[in-house]
Amino acid sequence: MQMQWMKDVDRALAGGRAQQKHVLLDFSAAPM
Amino acid sequence: MKIHVKEQPDAFKRFGAQWTPTLLMMDSEGKERFRFEGYLPAEDFIAQLRLGLAKSAFARGQWDDADRRFLEITRLHKDSEVAPEAVYWAGVSLYKRTSDHHALGETAKQLRSGYPNSIWTKKASVWEQKGGGAG
Repeated sequence: MQMQWMKDVDRALAGGRAQQKHVLLDFSAAPM
Repeated sequence: MKIHVKEQPDAFKRFGAQWTPTLLMMDSEGKERFRFEGYLPAEDFIAQLRLGLAKSAFARGQWDDADRRFLEITRLHKDSEVAPEAVYWAGVSLYKRTSDHHALGETAKQLRSGYPNSIWTKKASVWEQKGGGAG
């Protein structure tokens, strides 16, 4: 599984649509 | 992508995330196909991701792909907590693909012998009692 980290949800979903890939949304409260 | 509670609280509301960590798997159409909440060690986390991909294939009616992915979980994560769930859904995928109700009865037997204490074994038990069937 390849991962690519992004910050914009809509951009990530659009990227998933364009590349026909799944997108993982990781909701976190961990220190950044 | 990572969404931090302090940086993007609106995204938490938008996707109904109630707790952290919460992981959502969205398919290429932007539909949520899998969600899990709470921390897991790496091996269990990977098993959950594989389960998510398998369930996504199932939800889209891709029975071959779903069946293959569920069976892969039963091989690669045999002792994990997701294994009996994967056995259950592999049986359902096979049934969906072939319309052969024996697939369900066999799945129930497999669960009873391999995972006697699992809730998935209880769920499948009706298939054995009825000799198969979509229940």
